[in-house]
This record gives sequence, structure tokens and C-alpha cells, in this order.
Amino acid sequence: MMSLRQFAKHLVVLVGLTALPVLSNAGELGPVPPKAKMKASEKTECVEPVGDMRKNHMEFLLHKRDETMREGVRTKTHSLAECIDCHVTPDKKGEFARYGDDKHFCSSCHNYAAVNVDCFDCHSDLPESASSKLRTLNQKNPHHKMTEGGKK
Amino acid sequence: MSNSEQNTNEYRRKFLAQSAAVAGLAIAPGIILNQVAHAKSDSDKATSANRWGMLINTNKCASGCTDCVTACKTENAWGSVDGNTSSETHSSKEQQAQWIRKVTITDKQTGHVQSLPLMCQHCETAPCVDVCPTGASMKREDGIVQVDKHICIGCRYCMMACPYKARSFVHEKLELQKATAPRGIGTVESCNMCAHRVDKDQDPACVEACNKAEHGAMLFGDLKDANSAISRELKKHGGEQIRADLGLNTGVRYQGL
Repeated sequence: MMSLRQFAKHLVVLVGLTALPVLSNAGELGPVPPKAKMKASEKTECVEPVGDMRKNHMEFLLHKRDETMREGVRTKTHSLAECIDCHVTPDKKGEFARYGDDKHFCSSCHNYAAVNVDCFDCHSDLPESASSKLRTLNQKNPHHKMTEGGKK
Repeated sequence: MSNSEQNTNEYRRKFLAQSAAVAGLAIAPGIILNQVAHAKSDSDKATSANRWGMLINTNKCASGCTDCVTACKTENAWGSVDGNTSSETHSSKEQQAQWIRKVTITDKQTGHVQSLPLMCQHCETAPCVDVCPTGASMKREDGIVQVDKHICIGCRYCMMACPYKARSFVHEKLELQKATAPRGIGTVESCNMCAHRVDKDQDPACVEACNKAEHGAMLFGDLKDANSAISRELKKHGGEQIRADLGLNTGVRYQGL
């Protein structure tokens, strides 16, 4: 038979063990995407309500992609380039996280949810200003020096 | 002059001044409307009211000048400029993308040498669009032929079908693409007449570069607009299609061939 004292001791240990994982994860439940550059307008956070964007951004992007690609509509709302421009921001040192890194806006959720996208096989994962800077840098210090038309 | 006569004259003067002002107002909106009709706003779709085309004068095209090719590379971030590349670094020369190239033709009989840029000819009945199994190879309403890389499976039938050898396949993983020119591994690509620039009422990068170099060998415009510079020039002096025998009705025409 367990004494009352022993029971109390066990109870403390049990409660402590249960609480441990919750406490250690405090404040980090789920992904933490970086802050966007600015609000879409004075009244709205993003181009659509935040909840809608979280759930349906892929639908918006898909619709816009066909409109732009096939019909030549060049409006900015729902354009991937505009999303990247506003949401992919540099850290305090001025450096950009790349797609795949937990600190990259898209990856912060996509890594957590284990969802792979192929957007960045063809589209740049950085705002145009940052891409063009890196492009010039790579041209000056190429990882492979090439002759016109390439190596043999 | 009597008093009543003076009143009548004053009345007439006022009436004339007012009618002139009204006429002025009526003309002004007409002029503005005319200008608006030519500009495409961002939300407008490309329509079949236009057909974009190019006219290349080989007599004005300087041999040795590759400004159009360089401009295309810079605009769309493909290939290497001055021996430096930021895109394909692992592909061989044969594998690397080539959206536009300079071709030199020599007449063996006379020794006459011609130099001309060759790129996608934006056919009306494009063989690449015909053969595509997924609908990725497509023609926009305004005649621009391009690849929708979202649904391209990289089978390369279109490359086989193209009589102008205008298309390339991307063999390696790329990064840092231009926002206006997405391109990536496993898809086919080619000149899209700088659709992103055309949608903003600008000339394609190659045409702009040719004009900047003061060669003026390339003319871009609307083939359906009888008053456009390209239509007037074609009507006056004509323009040839390369491989006209195929009956593809190309959007890119040449003079001096």
C-alpha cells in the first residue's frame, strides 16, 4: 500500500513531467513566419484577410499565374513577385534567407507542414533588388569561369 | 450706331466666344481618348486586335554586332555576358539556352555576306503549339508564341518541330532568375518577344538595343494596325519570311535577304 506521502511525491513528479514539453515549447507553438515589409493598405494587413491568405494563397497564385502567363494581365494583386517583394525581408545583418531555410517566409510554414512547392525551380525566392545584386556578385566571382558559350 | 445694334453685336461676340470654348472641350476629350486607346493598362488582357511582329533589315544589321543578343541575355538573365554567367554553369555549349542568335549567311557565288538575328519567328500556325501534348507551348491572343512552364513536362517535341531551331531546354537547376523572366530546370524556353515589356507598351529589349546602337535594323509593332510603322514599311517595301514555303505566316519578317 502506498502511503499518502509517497503518493504526493509521485504526483509531483508526474505533473512535472507532463508540464515539461509544454513549458519548453512555450511561445513557439507552430511556425513563426518573418514580418512583412509593410501593410497592404492602411486598413488591411495583406491583399486578402490574413486567414484567407493562410488557407487559400495557392488558389490566388494559381489563378493569377494563368491570367498573367496566358492573357498578359500584369496587375500586382496576387502576383508572386509582389508577395516575395513584401514578405521576403532581410535579417538584421541585411542578409536574405533562401527558400528551404526556416527563416525564409515561405519555408517557415512549408517546412513545418512538410509541403514542397516547385515555384522556386523557376521563380526567384528573393525580391528582384536582392536577386539582381547577387546575380552581379556571381558574375564577378563565378563559381565556374566560362568562356562564351560554355565549357567543353 | 444705335443702342440696340450695339447690344446685338455684344451678344454675337459672347455667343461666338462661348461656342469656341465648347468646341475646344469637345475636341480635347477626343484627342485624349485616341491616346488611351493605344495604351494597354495592367489589367487589360492581350487581345486579337493586335498582332505583334518584328521587321529586321539585314542591310542595316552590322556584322559583328551582338547588342541584341546581349540585351536579351541581360533582360531575361540567360547565357553568359563577357564570359561571365550567373545562370547555367554546368551545361555544355550545346545544352545552354539560346533565345536569340546572330547568323551569318555568305552567298558563295557573289561572296555577299549578310548578318541577321534569328529567334522565335512567332508563327501564326506554330508547329511547336501543334505538337505540344500538354498545351504548354501556346500562342497568346496577340500572336506572341511562348511556353507556359507551369505545365511544360520537358518532352521537347516542340524543339524538334521548330523549323528555326529557336527553342532551348534548361538542363540544370537555376536560381536568381529575373522576376519578369522565370526559367527553370526541365522546361523548354524561347524568345517571347519580351511579353512583359510589350504588356507595358515598351519595345522588346533587342529592338531597344539595336536602336540604341543606332543601327535601327529592328522594327517592332502591330501588324494589324495599318498605321503602325511596321505595317507601313511592310506595305511599302515588303518583307520576307524565312522558310516561307512552310506557310507559317511568321510574325518576324526580314528585308534584304
